Amino acid sequence: MDQIIVQVLNGLDKGSAYALIALGLTLIFGTLGVVNFAHGALFMLGSFCAVTFSRLLSFSHEVIDETRTDFLGNPLKVQVPYIQDWLGPDLAASIIQWSVPLSIVFAIPVMITIGLIIERGLIKHFYKRPHADQILVTFGLAIVLQEIIKYFFGANPIQTPAPPAFNGSLDFGIWLGFDPVTIMYPYWRMIYFFFSVVIIAGVFAFLQFTTFGMVVRAGMADRETVGLLGIDIDKRFTFMFGLAAAVAGIAGVMYAPIVAPNYHMGMDFLVLSFVVVVVGGMGSLPGAVAAGFLLGILESFASMPMIVQSFPGINQIIIYLVAIIILLTRPRGLMGRKGVMEE
Amino acid sequence: MFGLESKDGRLLLLVAVLALLAPVILNPFPEGSAMSQFNAGYPDLMQRFVIFGILAIGFNILFGLTGYLSFGHAAFLGVGSYAAIWSMKLVTMNIIPSIIFAVIVAGVFSLIVGYISLRRSGIYFSILTLAFAQMSYSLAYSVLTPITGGETGLQIKSSDTPLLDKALEAGEIGRANLFGYGMGSSYQLEFAGWQFTFNLGYYVAAFVMLISFYFAIRIFRSPFGMMLRAVKSNQQRMNYAGLSPKPYTLAAFVISGMYAGLAGGLLVAMDTQVGPERMFWTASGEIVIMVILGGAGTLLGPVLGAGFIKYFENIISKINESILQGWFAFLPDGLQDFMVAVVYPFIGKGWHLTLGIMFMLVVIFLPGGLIQGGQKIGSWLRRKKNVVAKDSTTKPAE
Repeated sequence: MDQIIVQVLNGLDKGSAYALIALGLTLIFGTLGVVNFAHGALFMLGSFCAVTFSRLLSFSHEVIDETRTDFLGNPLKVQVPYIQDWLGPDLAASIIQWSVPLSIVFAIPVMITIGLIIERGLIKHFYKRPHADQILVTFGLAIVLQEIIKYFFGANPIQTPAPPAFNGSLDFGIWLGFDPVTIMYPYWRMIYFFFSVVIIAGVFAFLQFTTFGMVVRAGMADRETVGLLGIDIDKRFTFMFGLAAAVAGIAGVMYAPIVAPNYHMGMDFLVLSFVVVVVGGMGSLPGAVAAGFLLGILESFASMPMIVQSFPGINQIIIYLVAIIILLTRPRGLMGRKGVMEE
Repeated sequence: MFGLESKDGRLLLLVAVLALLAPVILNPFPEGSAMSQFNAGYPDLMQRFVIFGILAIGFNILFGLTGYLSFGHAAFLGVGSYAAIWSMKLVTMNIIPSIIFAVIVAGVFSLIVGYISLRRSGIYFSILTLAFAQMSYSLAYSVLTPITGGETGLQIKSSDTPLLDKALEAGEIGRANLFGYGMGSSYQLEFAGWQFTFNLGYYVAAFVMLISFYFAIRIFRSPFGMMLRAVKSNQQRMNYAGLSPKPYTLAAFVISGMYAGLAGGLLVAMDTQVGPERMFWTASGEIVIMVILGGAGTLLGPVLGAGFIKYFENIISKINESILQGWFAFLPDGLQDFMVAVVYPFIGKGWHLTLGIMFMLVVIFLPGGLIQGGQKIGSWLRRKKNVVAKDSTTKPAE
């Protein structure tokens, strides 16, 4: 029993990342009808927003500290971040420690801008072209984005620690009446899960309860009629692309402490999140979220020692296997709507 | 010639002559000169040119004709490679049985994958092939280690004793050969500073490439090829005409899978080792890039694209910062550093960036690839010539 709970918990954080990326992919597909292969790259860019922000914070200048000496007996030179001069040492230290959650504030405008530029500059010209062309051009864009990041940040993963307050694990089992230390769950992963739930709920609430969201939903259902009513639906869809980019971006920001950002992390996630979108049903937002969590949990279940022993290698292929079975038995995916991308 | 129209015959002849003279054509700069780093006429790279050319020709039969975008073709390459190396380990080091074995195994595998994947089309087909390829990669990497060698892959070892070959001396490692002639054996020709290497392995691969190119032309011009084009242009209309597209697309899928297996077998014949990274999905992506860059649906385009990418990968990627400094040495100091700083991100280790940008430009502006670009420039030049000719004729005689 405790094993099962551990696996569900392990699956949750990976599932949240899948769900967030798949949500963005589906938003773009549902509104603009574009298959965006560069979405993983946007996730990666978000991660590097966290890296950039923490580097910006630690911009520093040298100060000679007269009270201490280095090993040669000269006065010690100390690197002092500018932020410390402005805000005082205590506040500055805690800001630097909390750089990952704070960089969300930095990442949202950056990612929306990047999203708008990509949509206006490139994807706009591909609405009328076949899906294969859209896949190819966004695939090329993904390569370009990751090579640019590689040029500036190098090919090695960059460690970006979570705030020290969230180090360590929560002994989850005690609450449920198990022995101590049977079910341990790192704090940050738990935060990631709750964070993703909040973001997903926010996106759904935005679509469901605002006028803007209502218009967008109407546009997803019947673009032409909404256009005939005199609403500039293209502008709103462009904004939705920016929003989807921001969702992918902050998913990446918060994931940085879990997996150290490296330039090809986007590609690794992209393949899986496409599988997630297809399993959930092309164009269905709840489907994408449900399939994300489902596949994340399935994957961690499949890596239980008991299961791996009886089906060797199942943990490596379970997601693909499920995708193949679903695609062949339920062509629309779990919650796909009728008539959306059936061919 | 061989049942080809004269235009196609000329194209085949041109490719044959180019392949035959490649060791000379690709080595235009004398040994030791500053430009000799651009020489591509060494056996290892030339073999890659033609082998990946075969792979791209095969992929083009599927994507170029039917429009089905497979993102998992590297799996067939990998399966073919594993089949070939097992044939070498167990049966004989002669490359002919191993290549035939590779083609058959890849064909059977692609029949299975194709039968399932082709039940869907469009993006779903791409995702399905991707899923199959990733599955084969993960399995080859982990569970199938007894067959695939896992992370280290498979090599020919001295402990391998092929059934049909003569026993080797202790410690000697078997070499891939064609009836006793080693694939690595080559003939060096020195000519006034130039050095040309004529390698047996390359010529075997080039010969196979010519045969596959010939078959591709025949498929393109056959009624079967016409059917495949019909699948691309309008499947519904084909259905109404009482034809099921399924057998045609499946046949195209299996043929292109066999081409990939052939390429995989040849890769093993040239360099007797295999690793699972050959099946990773980025390898499949590279095949897609090759074909699109060269020109999908054209005969020569895929070969051109494959050559282009392999040239970039092996030559341009080797240019480092000090070589660049040498190139711009004639400029004043500040300008030299500036030029190096501007150019450096795009070459050397950053060659993927150039590739990505070029790929995007081709997809956006030249859906027909480099071939279409060449044709456009050609027709533009001809028009210009005509305009000039017209001008000269309309000039009033004074």
